[in-house]
Amino acid sequence: MIDKSIKKVLLLGSGALKIGEAGEFDYSGSQALKAMKEEGIHTVLINPNIATVQTSDGFADKIYFLPVTPYFVEKVIEKERPDGILLAFGGQTALNCGVELYESGVLEKYSVKVLGTPVQAIVDTEDRELFVKKLDQIDIKTIKSEAVNNTEEALRVANALGYPVIVRAAYALGGLGSGFCDNDDELKSLVEKALSFSPQVLVEKSLKGWKEVEYEVVRDSYDNCITVCNMENFDPLGIHTGESIVVAPSQTLTNDDYHYLRQLAIKIIRHIGIVGECNVQYAYDPDSMDYRVIEVNARLSRSSALASKATGYPLAFVAAKLGLGYGLFELKNSVTKDTSAFFEPALDYIVCKIPRWDLGKFHGVRREIGSSMKSVGEVMSVGRTFEEVIQKGLRMIGQGMHGFVGNHELNIQDLDKALMEPTDKRIFVIAKAMENGYTVDRIHELTKIDRWFLFKLQNIINTSHELSAYSTVESLPVELMRQAKSQGFSDFQIARSVLKQDMTDAEAANQKVREIRKAMGVVPVVKQIDTLAAEYPARTNYLYLTYNGSTNDVDYLHDHRSIVVLGSGAYRIGSSVEFDWCSVNALLTVKKEGWRSVMINYNPETVSTDYDMCDRLYFDELTYERVMDILDLEQPHGVILSVGGQIPNNLAMRLDKQDVNILGTSAKSIDNAEDRHKFSEMLDRLGIDQPRWRELTSFDDIHSFIDEVGFPVLVRPSYVLSGAAMNVCSNYEELDRFLQLAANVSKQHPVVVSEFIQNAKEIEMDAVAQNGEIKVYAISEHIEFAGVHSGDATIQFPPQKLYVETMRRIKKVSSAIAKALDISGPFNIQFLAKNNDIKVIECNLRASRSFPFVSKVLKINFIDLATKVMLGIPVEKPAKSAFDLDYVGIKASQFSFSRLQGADPVLGVDMSSTGEVGCIGDDTSEAVLKSMLAVGLRIPEKAVLLSTGTPKQKASMLEAAHRLHNKGFRIYATAGTHQFLNDNGIPAIKVYWPSQSDMQPQALDLLHRHEIDLVLNIPKNLTSAELSNGYKIRRAAIDLNIPLLTNARLASAFIDAFTNLTLDDIEIKSWDEYK
Amino acid sequence: MRQTPRAVLVLEDGTTFEGKSMGYPVSTAGEVVFNTAMTGYPESLTDPSYEGQILVTTYPILGNYGVPPRGEKQGVSAYYESDHIHAKAIIAQDYSWEHSHWQADRSLSQWLEEEKIPGIYGIDTRALTKHLRDKGSMLGKILIEGTPEVDFYDPNKENLVQKASCKEVEVHGDGEKTVVLVDCGVKHNIIRCLTSRGVKVVRVPWDYDFNTIDYDGLFISNGPGNPDMVDVTVENLRKAFEKDKPIFGICMGNQLLSKAAGASIRKLKYGHRSHNQPVRRVGTDTCFVTSQNHGFVVDNETLPEGWEPLFINMNDGTNEGIRHKSKPFFSAQFHPEASSGPRDTEFLFDEFIALL
Repeated sequence: MIDKSIKKVLLLGSGALKIGEAGEFDYSGSQALKAMKEEGIHTVLINPNIATVQTSDGFADKIYFLPVTPYFVEKVIEKERPDGILLAFGGQTALNCGVELYESGVLEKYSVKVLGTPVQAIVDTEDRELFVKKLDQIDIKTIKSEAVNNTEEALRVANALGYPVIVRAAYALGGLGSGFCDNDDELKSLVEKALSFSPQVLVEKSLKGWKEVEYEVVRDSYDNCITVCNMENFDPLGIHTGESIVVAPSQTLTNDDYHYLRQLAIKIIRHIGIVGECNVQYAYDPDSMDYRVIEVNARLSRSSALASKATGYPLAFVAAKLGLGYGLFELKNSVTKDTSAFFEPALDYIVCKIPRWDLGKFHGVRREIGSSMKSVGEVMSVGRTFEEVIQKGLRMIGQGMHGFVGNHELNIQDLDKALMEPTDKRIFVIAKAMENGYTVDRIHELTKIDRWFLFKLQNIINTSHELSAYSTVESLPVELMRQAKSQGFSDFQIARSVLKQDMTDAEAANQKVREIRKAMGVVPVVKQIDTLAAEYPARTNYLYLTYNGSTNDVDYLHDHRSIVVLGSGAYRIGSSVEFDWCSVNALLTVKKEGWRSVMINYNPETVSTDYDMCDRLYFDELTYERVMDILDLEQPHGVILSVGGQIPNNLAMRLDKQDVNILGTSAKSIDNAEDRHKFSEMLDRLGIDQPRWRELTSFDDIHSFIDEVGFPVLVRPSYVLSGAAMNVCSNYEELDRFLQLAANVSKQHPVVVSEFIQNAKEIEMDAVAQNGEIKVYAISEHIEFAGVHSGDATIQFPPQKLYVETMRRIKKVSSAIAKALDISGPFNIQFLAKNNDIKVIECNLRASRSFPFVSKVLKINFIDLATKVMLGIPVEKPAKSAFDLDYVGIKASQFSFSRLQGADPVLGVDMSSTGEVGCIGDDTSEAVLKSMLAVGLRIPEKAVLLSTGTPKQKASMLEAAHRLHNKGFRIYATAGTHQFLNDNGIPAIKVYWPSQSDMQPQALDLLHRHEIDLVLNIPKNLTSAELSNGYKIRRAAIDLNIPLLTNARLASAFIDAFTNLTLDDIEIKSWDEYK
Repeated sequence: MRQTPRAVLVLEDGTTFEGKSMGYPVSTAGEVVFNTAMTGYPESLTDPSYEGQILVTTYPILGNYGVPPRGEKQGVSAYYESDHIHAKAIIAQDYSWEHSHWQADRSLSQWLEEEKIPGIYGIDTRALTKHLRDKGSMLGKILIEGTPEVDFYDPNKENLVQKASCKEVEVHGDGEKTVVLVDCGVKHNIIRCLTSRGVKVVRVPWDYDFNTIDYDGLFISNGPGNPDMVDVTVENLRKAFEKDKPIFGICMGNQLLSKAAGASIRKLKYGHRSHNQPVRRVGTDTCFVTSQNHGFVVDNETLPEGWEPLFINMNDGTNEGIRHKSKPFFSAQFHPEASSGPRDTEFLFDEFIALL
């Protein structure tokens, strides 16, 4: 039954990483491409996310860095004429796009066959009404909801059902626009917002407090079905599964429960007619066997990526093969390599997924977690007790937490309330409640979390109390040490529990626990993840460490022929798929050069944690303690810590102290670049300019420094109370407000104040050096002026508007720094340039966020070169340089403000984007237009609202305003901007600020009526009045899904692009066609 | 720290694993077998097929949802697979002293105490499983600190079926058709699966000459131990072949049917005990995930003329069921009645009932 007519397949990617749609689709897409390649099928990929692994050489045969929208996909189909299309591997973005192409007849027109699950089945699961009908046919209970098209109907339905109700938008990803409402007012505001994303809104009775359980189900075209994994949410229903701590397999279900839901899942997948993989989510009554099906995802999902990593069963790979017509019985279990792929994994461990939030990065965002997703990443921990996995996981999250206990105490006024209304701190609120004597029953009453989980958490608290009864590490009994380690306590947690306030030197205390523990013989063991719980021998290299075991599964050769690469941990704002690309490429080069590649990472959304990518994968922590455990066992030739972002980089000094062979640049050099004082001294010594800065410990000192450098200044506190960690302050009012409200200034907590240079260009230098000599480099420029975080900025490579002199100076300074730090490996320097003066802002002796972008635009793999350098292989300077390129690359940022209720969508010195795209064009305009469309902007059709900030900003936007006017756009403008436009002969309609609510026309009204389809709102400064009026407009634009730009330079570039070019002018060229 | 007695598992090859006691503190001995199921300890412990065996669960955390209440429904246990624990002991990595489930009325350790069955936790069950996988199932004894030592005990040398079977004829359910169920240690869910389909079940002891009864169908149940100990049943079966009435067997039933047909049985190195065994219906592209619990297997090669394999294990190619080419006789090595495990093959009961 294998479809031999399929010779060429088009795969749709998911675009930029955003909340609800992240790196998991790089993993699933990469797997699908691998499955196609194995069959000799030619693959074409559309994905503008240039930092992904799937858009690298050797994965797809042809890659288009274009938006995944029906328009562009049709163009690619027209050009490439694929036989088949894969819709299930690029998240909701790909699925929605595929459904549109199917419904508009494009797929039929070009005879493109949808492989795997038929489109009708997708529609049946996506359209809530059809979905309920479909499941009604086989007597499967769903959450009955009524579809409404306006607010009045919603109110009627909600009052009939009785509050609380839940509101959902149809066709939305990750619960966008959905939430719980307790009364009419809450309902009104939510429904209005949901209607702006979707024409249909669903109102249903809430089942708060029920368990939430998921099954991953696979079906082949012969109607054979398996469930690969089930998962149980720690948090009860009401918290989106993406926001919930999840364990696999389920822990509180009996055999009857488990198989009852499993059987229903199979019944559902058969009835819907899935071919491939789907996910069934249930609400399950904690007091009976009553259930409701929450939803079915007819595609690979975040949960399926997690299930693949949790079980070792490659769901995406198998689903792709099934799409070609294979039966499950024809495929092999890729872990054991000789048993069948038709089986259900048996786990002999437990995994725990914990979401990572970065809500602290946003102003005004609500901290409560609920039915819509806000987390930006996740981790998965593996172990053999729940206590072990929850503590490991909480460390992996990487927000300064040491586990469930042993953390800085949280300041909570009302514990009952905090337990009832969960926030991103929920698990630590439970810890505090337990410390304050709350019983498991009381916490269960308030949170509805199953008692089983709470009992286990209580065990951890009890052990920490037992540890606290001792005051020296030496006096701890072996049994207690073993108990603590088997419950996931880190050496640090043990030290802190025992030494309490006497622990002055954490590093020394850690080391002491480690030594005493090892002397006691309390060491972790390595276990394999083998899909069959050891029933059959497995050739698996998929490993984790645990203290719940007595023997290692792996024999170590100790031949020093392995290279350990440290990965990048949880995706977070500031570190995401780009470091996964770097890690994977390092692994590939290590292997290619004849070494055994070993990976340590714990992010289930990545390709680097695919056990096919390396010789050995440790799915485990990147803490000093765990990395040392692994190095003790592995005894590698060396360790690479410069490709995984800041987490591994931060380990350099401590690993060096233990005589670990750090490959490439020395730990001492890394420290010299990381330490602000040392680095600054070095720049002074080399005669390299930098913005003036000082580390200060009192308000008086701060004031006198500002007298010297003048406003604005950049302020970086070392201890942050709330809000963002960095801020630009333009006057004393702002400075005092920021320092008093948000930060602490004292001898213990100094503040770094730097001069802030306005209207300066920001320039990135990405390079690889060997023994202090630069071998390859890429200079790129930000479109925005300095002041927008480099992770949020729009970056152009090769630079189009830099003076040759500036470029020359940057090269020279970079060479001097590379030499002084004796760099061998990847590094990145950020510069400010004004006129031809350049100043160094920052230098990182590791790969940067832009490495994949410049590597792919330049078509020179920087990580491959860097890895060779680190392996000690002599590297030649490539003949090609950026000056030879006849095209331009633009890297643009993706924001997820629509999911972060209340957050001010304004850009600042702290990063807030969740992802990025990189598009290539023949000139800047084309590349800008492609990239802006790829991050979700739309070309406006009728009217634009302008409020363009300071006079200087207004002037800089003048040309763009002219262009808009000439193209016939209606221009609305707020008072000052209106005046300015009129003075310059551009007709505009004056609109009033939200604070002048009695005046007409009102900006907010126009937005609500969707009479405006692009908002340019440039904040003048950070004063509260400015922020609140502008905030309301910006927030309304986001909530009503109207494109918004808040930076004058980027807005001008975008307007330039769409007034110069139409969609038809955009060339449909694949990556390899740019030569 | 919880103070529980030290417990040591000693295998017949001298290997030891040390853990702690969580059940009744008494030393015991039996054959050590592992099961890779992730749920279903109340069902497994009461499954008569575990008679004489020490059960190792590879899933590391045990006892999470406690134990459902005793009690009978229509003459069979409401939640268990028999009226008492048959396994000699249970071994896990981690034990949940606190449980949580609406059905539970006591914890696993309370239940073990009541039934005087030892349990151990704190053992590297993955290491133990790999040992059993490499060396094969072996005898073992559990020595609990402060209790008298015991000797190794080989349950395969005993007629365990006799031990597990009912002692006299019992009738379950009601219906026009009568199924004689030969009880070799039947799991209660088999009886439930039959009676819920509207037939009268006449449950007879393993050595009862059922050919004296007038029946519409014959069912041979699962049961513990070595099928060579059950020749009486095999003899009775041969006689039943002459009647041409439908016959359906499960697990031990598959082995006895095969023996009656003339095939031979051998012991597997370490058995199939799990919820995830893939089987394929011979001659079709239809596959099932099945629940299994057997240490012996039918040798496909020895099936005589007129018989053929019905299902094959997709992992190791072993026999998973047989059928007669022309007569309504068939059997499954796996457990269509599940409990515990997936219920994907329960339709075999329908196929049997349809033949009556």
